[in-house]
Amino acid sequence: MSTAPTPAPTRATVPTPRTLRGARLPKWSPWALAGGSLVLAVLLGLVADMDNPAQLGLIAAVLFVLGTYGVAARVEGRRQAKDRVATSLVWVCFLLAVIPLASLLWETVRQGVKVLDFYFLSHSMGVVADTETGGGIYHAILGTLEQVGLATVVAVPVGVLTAVYLVEYGRGRLAKAVTFFVDVMTGIPSIVAGLFVLSFWILVLDMGYSGFAGSLALAILMMPIVVRSTEEMLKLVPNELREASLALGVPKWRTILKVVLPTSIGGITTGIMLAVARITGETAPVLLLVWGTNFINTNPFADPQASLPLYIYQQYANSAGYGAAYDRAWAAALTLIAIVMILNLVARGIARWKSPR
Amino acid sequence: MAKRIDVSGLTAFYGSHKAIEDISMTVEPRSVTAFIGPSGCGKSTFLRTLNRMHEVTPGGRVEGKVLLDDEDLYGPGIDPVAVRRDVGMVFQRPNPFPTMSIFDNVAAGLRLNGSHKKAELGEIVEKSLKGANLWNEVKDRLNKPGSGLSGGQQQRLCIARAIAVEPDVLLMDEPCSALDPISTLAIEDLISELKERFTIVIVTHNMQQAARVSDRTAFFNLAAVGRPGKLVEIDETERIFSNPSVQATEDYISGRFG
Amino acid sequence: MDTTTQNTEQPPPTPPEPASAATTAEEGRAARGATRPGDRVFLGLSRGSGIFLLVIMAAIAAFLAYRASIAIGKDEGNFLTTMEWNTNVDPPVFGIAVLAFGTVISSIIAMALAVPVAVGIALFITHYSPRRVGGVLAYVIDLLAAVPSIVYGLWGALVLVPHMEGLFGWLDTYFGWTGVFEWQEGAPRSLLTVGILLAIMILPVITNVSREVFRQVPRMHEEAALALGATRWEVIRMSVLPFGRSGVISASMLGLGRALGETMAVATVLSPTFKIHASLLDPGGGTFAQNIASKFGEATETGRDALIASGLVLFVITLLVNGAARMIIARRKEYSGANA
Repeated sequence: MSTAPTPAPTRATVPTPRTLRGARLPKWSPWALAGGSLVLAVLLGLVADMDNPAQLGLIAAVLFVLGTYGVAARVEGRRQAKDRVATSLVWVCFLLAVIPLASLLWETVRQGVKVLDFYFLSHSMGVVADTETGGGIYHAILGTLEQVGLATVVAVPVGVLTAVYLVEYGRGRLAKAVTFFVDVMTGIPSIVAGLFVLSFWILVLDMGYSGFAGSLALAILMMPIVVRSTEEMLKLVPNELREASLALGVPKWRTILKVVLPTSIGGITTGIMLAVARITGETAPVLLLVWGTNFINTNPFADPQASLPLYIYQQYANSAGYGAAYDRAWAAALTLIAIVMILNLVARGIARWKSPR
Repeated sequence: MAKRIDVSGLTAFYGSHKAIEDISMTVEPRSVTAFIGPSGCGKSTFLRTLNRMHEVTPGGRVEGKVLLDDEDLYGPGIDPVAVRRDVGMVFQRPNPFPTMSIFDNVAAGLRLNGSHKKAELGEIVEKSLKGANLWNEVKDRLNKPGSGLSGGQQQRLCIARAIAVEPDVLLMDEPCSALDPISTLAIEDLISELKERFTIVIVTHNMQQAARVSDRTAFFNLAAVGRPGKLVEIDETERIFSNPSVQATEDYISGRFG
Repeated sequence: MDTTTQNTEQPPPTPPEPASAATTAEEGRAARGATRPGDRVFLGLSRGSGIFLLVIMAAIAAFLAYRASIAIGKDEGNFLTTMEWNTNVDPPVFGIAVLAFGTVISSIIAMALAVPVAVGIALFITHYSPRRVGGVLAYVIDLLAAVPSIVYGLWGALVLVPHMEGLFGWLDTYFGWTGVFEWQEGAPRSLLTVGILLAIMILPVITNVSREVFRQVPRMHEEAALALGATRWEVIRMSVLPFGRSGVISASMLGLGRALGETMAVATVLSPTFKIHASLLDPGGGTFAQNIASKFGEATETGRDALIASGLVLFVITLLVNGAARMIIARRKEYSGANA
């Protein structure tokens, strides 16, 4: 405490002279630097005979980051320079990521609209060779709807009831084990789920390849997602609500059915729709279990079916090099993305519409 | 080191909402100035304009002048980062960096402002912890995380962290409101010691505290609900509490409203 | 099932403590026993579902292990070290060395590229972009995480692969001497391309979780740094990154789990050969999931069992990775609870 009475120390403890006025680069300097590095990169490209835009872009990005540091360090000092480099790096990250992701969406739309029309949606590939033009995805959409529908019918009751168990009853070692293994299940690769159904349903029980076999694998992938999201929603239901109902003498199970579940039904629906969107795009288990066909098979319980993601893969893989097949693959991909996006948007819409209560 | 603050015509906004309007005052160096007033009257907002922390909140904007000795904090070419280095701040809830040790917490500001030799760093850390009356309690566990201390100790750690960089001014935003009475007393004692070296501005909800620690007191009030907060008066603490010149101040202090 | 869990029905005498509100309240609720018939049926149903999930997990492990053991019993090679996959000959010779190598290498490349960029984007959204732009961006990236992997695969094969030639040529010219980046012509359908595509795929996943963690950094920690006169980057380094570190690690582990198990995107992009190449640019190699998808069509029964055996290895690897991620998350909870 000896320091207290001593007058303010005259010795400067901070080595840099103190001033509130920092030399600042003008506001337009990042843009100027960006433009400058772009020009320099193109010039360098001309000298070194490179014409790949991605390459030039990368060189420009490196020049931009280095240039920013150099200029800022000279004018504003090292700390500000580091800050500016971090800012420019973050921007570069953002641009780096935007390019492939934007390209993905753009290419799918651009290539997909080529053959996507009502004919394409309403016809199958029966009697259309992979190399020919024409044909459609009706059989694949049908297969996907049936497989996903069956998977949902299996997974949702199990998933929701498990979540109810964990939130409303869960205690002790069983609940802990279930929680843990639901987490573990979330991380199962889809192809492993497919292999399991293969070894159990097809190899051991000796059932055939069918849409339903695919649904079983999809259901396994869907269950943990439903459990997790439902659990989160049930936890949001205030305890007072349960107690109010119980205090009226309503039995617990009716409280859950009539009070808890209706309160959180919006969120639960959102979770289920997101899970549906997720499994709609799963290809690997379908490849192993549904097998694929060019014809319309409305019965998911017998014989191979088609499916939209599988259709994309088969159009791509079985007919490498034929433009017609690629066009169909892109159109199917666009359809698939559209379905998944609509499910996502509707799910989020429900969440937003229901959330403020 | 301690500097005078001269505020003139200061107005602060959150987006289009005017939080405080047309405030002018002078804060004397090496003294404690307390801001009192009912909740929502803008005393914390005003405090945060004094080290340009207000503009950190999205939509935050300031008009007017704040002179630190002779330099306008809002003048052209002023670096807000440099302003915050010279005008330290202690917050309502103690906020030591949770992943840093006690030592690193105190040294955090020093390390930002250029390289220090290890011995020198240790010296300043010890001096700052002593200055915050915390040295004896933590000298054996400088390498333990700061979040392991009690609330009052954490707040003194934050004060040590703030004074380690030798600021010109120390702003305190209700530093005791999250603390128990004994820790509060320790902080109040500390404030009276620190005013020998720093210009201190403290926002408090507790009028006894304002009366105990401050030399001058400023009373803020809302003209009406939804209207911006204003400075009603600023004067010697003794006068404010015994014989204020404005009726509203007397009403507030005697507990008739607020 | 486990008999000790049956007594969850009996209400235990311990009264709920007010201390840790959420969990004890739930226990209290559960304690009010299920005595009416309706309650008993409902409890039975919901607990049955939980048990059903456990049974499925056990069955997955058991059936995979059973079929795998059949396959490994017939294997004339060493299952772990053999660099061949001849399951349709008698006796079959196969091993997972090439697959393990390809899976690990492509995932490492994916992580090395995706994690820094994802952290950068997450910081961009939370701390650099204007708020409205950040909100829109977060929403878009959320949606991108939902794009099916087969679409990434199609795009990778038809758009990304042709664009890789420039990069491959450049790497070969300047870094070819290292051997790792040597390119002897051929389509750029190599492990490096796979790694890059996987990176693009897991980028939205890692970004989303990291962004969520960065958003939760308490305001007061950031203000503490600001008040000391820290620049924006210093605020991020002093308060945002330390607070978000474990969250980013677990996000990366989730992304890694995705990359390890990804099937279709790899199967469309890679031109598989059953060889370990010294150069990342040489077309060839394979991953567990891709190998299963590509070899499954023509596999005999032994062949299928062999693929199931490789799937079991993949299963165990992803379990370990996910388990590690969960442990990190659990530790983070304790840590942030102490400072809340």
